[in-house]
Amino acid sequence: MTTSTMGEMARPYLAAFRARFQLMLQYRTAALMGFATQCWWGAIRIMVFAAFYGVHAAAAPISLADAVTYVWLGQALLALLPWVADPEIGHAVRTGGVGYDRLRPVDAYGYWYARTLGWMIARAVPRAALMLLAAGIVLPLVGLEAWAWRPPSGLEAALLFVPAYVLMTALGAAVLMLANVIVAASLNERGVNAILTPLVIVFSGSLLPLDFFPDALRPFLHVQPFAGLVDIPFRIYFADLKGAAALQGLALQAGWTFVLVAFGRLAMERMMRRLEMQGG
Amino acid sequence: MNGPLNSLALYGRYVATSLRAQAQYPAATLMLTAGHFAATAIEFLGVFALFNRFGAVGGWSFGEAALFYALVNIMFALADLLTRGFDVFGTDFVRTGNFDRLLLRPRSTVLQLIGHEVRLSRLGRLLQAFAVLVLATHLVPIAWDAASIALALWAVAGGVALFAGILVLQATLAFWTVESLEIVNVLTYGGVQAAQYPLNIYAAWFRRLLTFGVPLACVAYYPVVAILKRPDPLGAPDWLLPLTPLAGFAFLALSFLAWRAGLAHYASTGS
Amino acid sequence: MPQILVEALAKTYRVAERAPGLAGAVRGLVRRRWREVHALAGVSFSLEAGELLAFIGPNGAGKSTTVKILSGILRPTSGRVEVGGLVPWQDRVRHVARIGVVFGQRSQLWWDLPVIDGFDLLADIYRVEATRYRSRRDELVALLRLEPLLDQPVRQLSLGQRMRAEFAASLLHDPAILFLDEPTIGLDAPSKLAVREFVRRLNREQGVTVLLTTHDMHDVEALAERVIVIGQGRLLADGSVESLRASVLSERRLYIDFAAPAPELAIAGVTVRARSGRSLELAFDPSKIPAPSLIAAIATQHAVEDIHVDEPAIEEVITRFYDLHDAGES
Repeated sequence: MTTSTMGEMARPYLAAFRARFQLMLQYRTAALMGFATQCWWGAIRIMVFAAFYGVHAAAAPISLADAVTYVWLGQALLALLPWVADPEIGHAVRTGGVGYDRLRPVDAYGYWYARTLGWMIARAVPRAALMLLAAGIVLPLVGLEAWAWRPPSGLEAALLFVPAYVLMTALGAAVLMLANVIVAASLNERGVNAILTPLVIVFSGSLLPLDFFPDALRPFLHVQPFAGLVDIPFRIYFADLKGAAALQGLALQAGWTFVLVAFGRLAMERMMRRLEMQGG
Repeated sequence: MNGPLNSLALYGRYVATSLRAQAQYPAATLMLTAGHFAATAIEFLGVFALFNRFGAVGGWSFGEAALFYALVNIMFALADLLTRGFDVFGTDFVRTGNFDRLLLRPRSTVLQLIGHEVRLSRLGRLLQAFAVLVLATHLVPIAWDAASIALALWAVAGGVALFAGILVLQATLAFWTVESLEIVNVLTYGGVQAAQYPLNIYAAWFRRLLTFGVPLACVAYYPVVAILKRPDPLGAPDWLLPLTPLAGFAFLALSFLAWRAGLAHYASTGS
Repeated sequence: MPQILVEALAKTYRVAERAPGLAGAVRGLVRRRWREVHALAGVSFSLEAGELLAFIGPNGAGKSTTVKILSGILRPTSGRVEVGGLVPWQDRVRHVARIGVVFGQRSQLWWDLPVIDGFDLLADIYRVEATRYRSRRDELVALLRLEPLLDQPVRQLSLGQRMRAEFAASLLHDPAILFLDEPTIGLDAPSKLAVREFVRRLNREQGVTVLLTTHDMHDVEALAERVIVIGQGRLLADGSVESLRASVLSERRLYIDFAAPAPELAIAGVTVRARSGRSLELAFDPSKIPAPSLIAAIATQHAVEDIHVDEPAIEEVITRFYDLHDAGES
């Protein structure tokens, strides 16, 4: 296949991505509010960490500086975390917009995946930029380096973080697509989010780095799919995972992305067939 | 005709209506309730994990921290249960234009929004918070006498007012911004998160914010210190501790002032 | 004093402008440009109790802005409005207790509740006294044939059924004025006829003042004695359907079926609008050539099988009117 036909094939998906991306960028107030939210959460988490580290720092699996970076990174990229289903899906099913998507000569899963990706990234970009400015540049400038977001620990960590970041985004979108399909099939957006949110927040390591949980749980926590959303890429970032361990982490992210996309496609096909039968 | 009794009767009608509507989907309601129970239980797991790894913090044991956690979550669950209409105001009322319909009815918009829905699923958080309360009572142990029960109820009332005020503020912002969902988290869930740890572990600026800005400490930390019959490590006098929940009501009153400004803005833009 | 008085009503919105493309989206994130939109630019009219007025105009003309202001939802930029002696946006609660509003595209009923439960709740909201409520409800249920629907949840009703329920819901508190915003939109033909018949009876028999906005010119023809045309925020015409027609398009149409292929006709003041096989459609000005003499002139020269005179369709009249005033959708 030549590059131009490949470009031609990707066109509707890129268009779907771009349309959603540009639309979401318009919500300026929302971006500022999101940023404020994340500063607040970050500050609370860091203060709580600092209090506990102050009691018994030796009990911690990572240094306080790394924990602080972990928190800021997590807040900056929170919009990439698949903790609520794409609100447009429920809307599209209720209004019958999904019917139109079936009429388009595109792969329905790919099309929605691109849209969801656009939604996630557009919300993440302005927030991440503001967070980097605030926690990575302003905090050290005002003499609060101890609480700042630090750059990656070395070149290897920085280079490995690039694929880890791409994979965490791809994995996040795959998880969201699964949630989207369940929302579309059950029309119970709140119910799905009520279960998805705690699951993702805890098992991704967004609430606490996974190693903070009791040591007995580690073997399970380190291989479950949500670890690839936060814990693995962030530990790669500050070189807590390096060399073979880092590659293993990337492989886990890629593997789970593949499995969840396959599973999501299957679920979506079944759902679409059911919608067709209902004529909905 | 426009007296408080009449409004209360209408509120009763709204509640009955809402419960009947939810009873039509028993499975979904149960699932949501279970989901909320799980969500909050998992949050508590995070608190436990930290205490389990590090031990006591700021002079507070895990059991004592559990009491902070339980009361804050009871407050938030009740406020969330009662003010659903404000919570979904941006998405379900402003963006859809349904708010116009409320304006077309000869009742206060606040009453109509409070009556919009009484979310049974919030009982999930409430139940979990009560379970943690029982746990805390055993771990500390807390002697629940008439005075401490009264104080706890008073603190919860102030806390419900405070969280309701936060939700009203959040709804007010929706008059200006369309996608308001994330603001929810700043003060509601974020507030719960902040107030479920004892105040003295935080930095001074944050303590001041939680006392004088968004007075979460006034409805959670100070009354709980009084319930535990301990002197405040931050030095607040004993006589003041039981009075602090008043701040929650003051906050609610201010929120309604902001709400009225939002209404005026809506009337001039219509969106 | 008229029931509804509107003087020099103006409403200006400020809308954010966005440059196209990604660069525009990013720029909008930082700095935003505003543009003023004059939704209403000085509209005046008045309405007596018991009138039925249709408000028409292309999309974006200012119809719904006017309805929103009159119903108390929106505050105008300038101008004076009094409805039943009240300024709607200043005295919202008292004002809305006296009006009913039906939006064709939005429901006021509770989606998950049986129709009757929604009615009961509305009676509480509007503080309708119990016996009065029962008699009013029964009257509306009979008029709108709602009996078999009362126990069904609203979400299960067809659009036509739902509209009937919406009408009843808007009238339970016996409002003196009813605002209808595109009440027949999306309805099938029998439902449209039923809605029109109901509105007509409500206006004629119960004396309810009706202000209707619509895009369906058949609504206007069937219902309204008076039409206001609005375009780009200005009042373009205010009068009867007939006067509107006369002001724009006074011509008549003559439809003829000939026994043989349609002939070439050359009559002064008559234009051929369409021709197919043995049929012709002619346009003529009746003030210049009266219909009988035109028909006679044709029938004496050609064998005619069928012939009838008609007015141009109201849609055509109104389209022509918009064109004349350059008021089409911009």
